[in-house]
Amino acid sequence: MLTINEIDVYYGAIHALKKMSLAVEEGTIVTLIGANGAGKTTTLKTISGILRPKNGTVVYKGKDISKTAPEKIVSLGISQVPEGRRVFQTMSVMENLEMGAYLRKDKKEIAADMENVFVRFPRLKERRKQMAGTLSGGEQQMLAIGRALMARPELLLMDEPSMGLAPLLVKEIFEIIKDINARGTTILLVEQNANMALSIADQAFVIETGEIVLKGSAQQLMKSEEVKKAYLGG
Amino acid sequence: MLEFMQQIVNGLSLGAIYALIALGYTMVYGIIKLINFAHGDIMMVGAFVGFFSVTMLGVNIFVALLAAMAFCALLGVAIEKVAYKPLRQSTRIAALITAIGVSLFLEYVMVYFFTPNQRVFPAETFSLHNYHIAGLVISNKDMFVFGSAIILMIILQYIIKRTRTGKAMRAVSIDQEAAVLMGISVDKTISITFAIGSALAAAAGVLIGIYYNTINPLMGIIPGLKAFVAAVLGGIGIIPGAMVGGFVMGMLETMVSGYGSSLYRDAVAFGVLILILLIKPSGLFGKNTGEKV
Repeated sequence: MLTINEIDVYYGAIHALKKMSLAVEEGTIVTLIGANGAGKTTTLKTISGILRPKNGTVVYKGKDISKTAPEKIVSLGISQVPEGRRVFQTMSVMENLEMGAYLRKDKKEIAADMENVFVRFPRLKERRKQMAGTLSGGEQQMLAIGRALMARPELLLMDEPSMGLAPLLVKEIFEIIKDINARGTTILLVEQNANMALSIADQAFVIETGEIVLKGSAQQLMKSEEVKKAYLGG
Repeated sequence: MLEFMQQIVNGLSLGAIYALIALGYTMVYGIIKLINFAHGDIMMVGAFVGFFSVTMLGVNIFVALLAAMAFCALLGVAIEKVAYKPLRQSTRIAALITAIGVSLFLEYVMVYFFTPNQRVFPAETFSLHNYHIAGLVISNKDMFVFGSAIILMIILQYIIKRTRTGKAMRAVSIDQEAAVLMGISVDKTISITFAIGSALAAAAGVLIGIYYNTINPLMGIIPGLKAFVAAVLGGIGIIPGAMVGGFVMGMLETMVSGYGSSLYRDAVAFGVLILILLIKPSGLFGKNTGEKV
C-alpha cells in the first residue's frame, strides 16, 4: 500500500533520513521503533508531505506522492495523529472533529462518523462543547485519534500515541489502535514504547540515526537480542 | 452627565471604525504573525474607491461601501501574494519592513495619481439629519457609521465561529502544521484572511470618509496606527480583543477631545500603547504565554 524507497530528508543541514526504505502492506499494523531523534517523526512528516525528500520516492497505491501537496495527500486517504496530539486547543471537541473531516462534503456521513467517534470515546461526547485545551492528556489523545478518523483514512499514521500517558491509558490506546485496524484501516505506528508497539504490530522496522537497521515480523523482532537490549530493557 | 453621555455617543462611531480596522490587524497577525503596517493604507484606498464610486459612478453609499470592500479584498490578497508570501520563511523583521514599504508605496502611488489634496465627500451623499433623543443629539451619520460597523462585525463573528472557512482560519492560526494535516490549504486560508481583513478596512475607510467628510492619500496613517494600538490593547491576534480595544480607543479619543484638549488626543492614544507594553504586553484579553520555540 505504501512503499518508501531510499529517501534522503534534510532538516536544514542535518541529514535526518539516509536512504531510508520502508513498506506497509494493506490491512496490517506496521511499527517503526527507535530512540528519540532517530528519524521516526521525520518519516511520518515526509509521508504527509510536510517535509520533502531530496532523493527517493514515497509511493502510495502505486503513485509517487513525494511531491504531492499535503492537503491532496489527506484526500488520497492518509491521515496522521501527530506527535504531542496537536489538537486545536481553543476550539471545541466538536470543532476539532469537524476539522478532521475538512475535505469531506457529505454532511450526513460526517455527522454519522462523529457519532461513531463518540460511541468509541464516550468521554469526548460528554465534553463535546468543551475547549480541547481543557481536556486531560488521555482525552486529548483520543480526540487526536478521533479527529484523524473523521477523514476516513485508509492509512493512519500515528506518532507516539502513548507519549506522556499513564500505563492504564496506554493499554487502552493500544486496544483502540488494534480495533481501528480490525475495522479495516492500515496503520503505521511510530513508538518509543517498543514493547507495546511490537505486541500489536504485524511488521516492524527499527530506525537508528536515520537508517533502518533491522526489519522483520514483530514476533521476530521481539525475540531479537539486539532489540531486547536496546529497546525492551534487557 | 448629559454631556458625558453625548461624548459616549460620539465615541461609539469612532470606536466602531477603529474596531473595524483593528480586526484586520489582529486577524492577519493571528494567522501569519505579521503586523501589516500597510493596513491603514488599504483603508485609505477603500475610502478613495468609495469616494469615486459615489462621485463618478453616482451610486449610493451602500453600493459604494460594497464596491470599496470588494476592491480592497482583491488588493489585500494581491499584496499578500506579491509582498509577503515570498518572505514567509524569512525572519519576521524582513516581513515587517516590507509591510512598511508597502505602506509607503500605497500612500505615494495615490499621491502621484490623485494629488495629496483633500477631497470632500459631496454633501448629497449623506444628507445630515440630527435626532434628539432624551436630550442627546444623535445624527443619522453616527447611526450609519455605528450600524454598518456592528453589522460587519456580526457577520465576521458568524463567519469565524460557524462556517467551515472560518473554522479553518482559526485552526491555521492555532497550529498551522496540524491544520495542514487536516487537509486545510494554508495558502488559501491566508488569502481569505487578507481578503476579509482588507474588506473590513475598506469599509472603515468609507465610514471615516463619511464621518470626517474628507479624504486624502495620507489619511490612513494615524487611524491605522491607532487601530494598531487598539489591537495591541485588546491582545494582538484575539478577535474580541480588537473589537473592545477599538471601542476603548474611540471613547478615549472623544473624551480627551471633549474634556481635555483635542491637541492631546494622539498623544493619549500612543501613551496607551506605551502603558500597555509596560504593564501587560499581551493585552487585555491575552494570556501571558512565552514564544514557542
